[in-house]
Amino acid sequence: MIDFCAITLAHPIINGSGTFDVIAARRVFGDALLQAFPFSAFVSKTITLRPREGNPPPRLWEAQAGLINSIGLPNRGLHGYLEHDLPQLAALPVPLITNVMGSTASEVARLVEALDEREEVAAIELNVSCPNVRTGLDVGADPRSLGTLVRAVRPLTRKPLIVKLTPNTADVAAVALAAEAEGADAVSLINTLRATALAPGGGARPWLGGGTGGLSGPAIRTIALAQVAAVARGVRIPIVGMGGVTRGEHALDLMAAGATLVAVGTESFRDPAAGGRIAEELKSLQIAGTHSTNVNASQAQVEVDVNSADLR
Amino acid sequence: MRVQAPFGRRRVAVTGSDDVGAYRVLHAADLDGPAPWPGQFYMLATVQRWGAGADERPYVPRALSFLGAAEGQLSFMFEDVGPGTRRLGELRAGDELWLTGPLGNGFEAPQDGRRAILAGGGVGIPPLAAWASALNARGVVSAALLGFRDAHHAEGARLMGAGASAEIATDDGSVGRRGLVTTLLESELQRDAHAVVYACGPPAMLEAVRALCAARGVPAQLALEAGMACGFGACFGCVVAVSDGGYVRVCVDGPVLDAGRLEAVPSH
Repeated sequence: MIDFCAITLAHPIINGSGTFDVIAARRVFGDALLQAFPFSAFVSKTITLRPREGNPPPRLWEAQAGLINSIGLPNRGLHGYLEHDLPQLAALPVPLITNVMGSTASEVARLVEALDEREEVAAIELNVSCPNVRTGLDVGADPRSLGTLVRAVRPLTRKPLIVKLTPNTADVAAVALAAEAEGADAVSLINTLRATALAPGGGARPWLGGGTGGLSGPAIRTIALAQVAAVARGVRIPIVGMGGVTRGEHALDLMAAGATLVAVGTESFRDPAAGGRIAEELKSLQIAGTHSTNVNASQAQVEVDVNSADLR
Repeated sequence: MRVQAPFGRRRVAVTGSDDVGAYRVLHAADLDGPAPWPGQFYMLATVQRWGAGADERPYVPRALSFLGAAEGQLSFMFEDVGPGTRRLGELRAGDELWLTGPLGNGFEAPQDGRRAILAGGGVGIPPLAAWASALNARGVVSAALLGFRDAHHAEGARLMGAGASAEIATDDGSVGRRGLVTTLLESELQRDAHAVVYACGPPAMLEAVRALCAARGVPAQLALEAGMACGFGACFGCVVAVSDGGYVRVCVDGPVLDAGRLEAVPSH
């Protein structure tokens, strides 16, 4: 059992927001999904105040050991989420974390206030990969903007508040410190890295309907490890680490770098039961004592991963 | 119509492969999987060396409609068009596949005594072949109209199997009539339009079938293709715009959609 912000979880593996639609998956796989539920907590896709259709297709590009997506946060909006999705998500055998995004602090405040009233929601995650209307920069790219946002919404809920950090910033540790200073209970990282692909046939036309997208998958795993380690050196609050995890060893690496929980995202696309498999692999590694107790564990793990395992 | 899939991917053995004209047919023993419904699909990846091909791909599994399913044996058909289909084409008996499925919604049987017209082309054959066998077993009369690029590709018509004697058109006139499958469909509907059209094929062909059926007021079910990463509704990557607004996911709301739900079949 793991304690995460006073929520008890059966194991450290959860899903990354927007990478697993349990409502659709239940139609496809039936109750077997619930009997072997792959995650110890379920993180919803990003909910916005008003419904969003998402970006025009094409939305995907297969990259080298990864995937660029430009989905555009399709969702039913807050009202649709509360009416339609929440009753189904509340029936899951694990705690529910609801991820929200707003284009202004007052929008985020309305989302947080509405979710605070719902006992089905165990924790709230803020998606801050959203441009500041005034500066055009992502709120999560700038410690000051992020601090202002967290300060505004922190008093509105007693539920654990997780800030999902963006890797598309100069100093992720500074942003994490700002979140912690304003009362965030945890940070999660990394979100996808901004990326694009050109349409086949020459020319500069982007392939993705949204123009640019976010890169995920094994291609970003070493970046995730470095960013989690950097954040862990600064903050004392728990970290949810993610980025390119496909096996138990990768989860163990992120935990050695300072993560309390590890999220699986793109690997679930390749293997719907990946979360459960990775949790089992992690458990075996921990029982076998593979985990390091060295205070310099994150450093050691980075060297192992980069210098031997992946270059063999 | 949907048959639920076992949760997760399973490891299955390839039992053989053959070339039929321009196409590759792959056979696998799916002993633990349920019998799928025609029009449903599977996500396939090789267990060994999925990745490290051209441009360091493939990475995500590939979505393929099944061609045949009987007694725990599945078959798939594809053409080498990219790193995923290239790698799948290398498989031989004894190699292994990761398989998730059956996925998506398949075809719905004709109502009101309508007959079935199966119209397709190229790599669109698999769901039509599976549907032709199922309709034949239920005693529903069907006609199959298939379009191909040339004689080499037209050998794929052999895969339609029992129950539907196929009428063929080729772009270059080397087999059957010169022209498109819609030329054949137009004559067939003129003869008797009390039918349901079931179609699968390249986007331009599907769009031509959709437009023709819409103009004639003939119901049509289109089996769509879309680039997808997961096949079970997780990634939201495979959407298509529908006429009542917004998008639906081809993997969980399709791949078979009533043609009336679409303004047009997208070109990618």
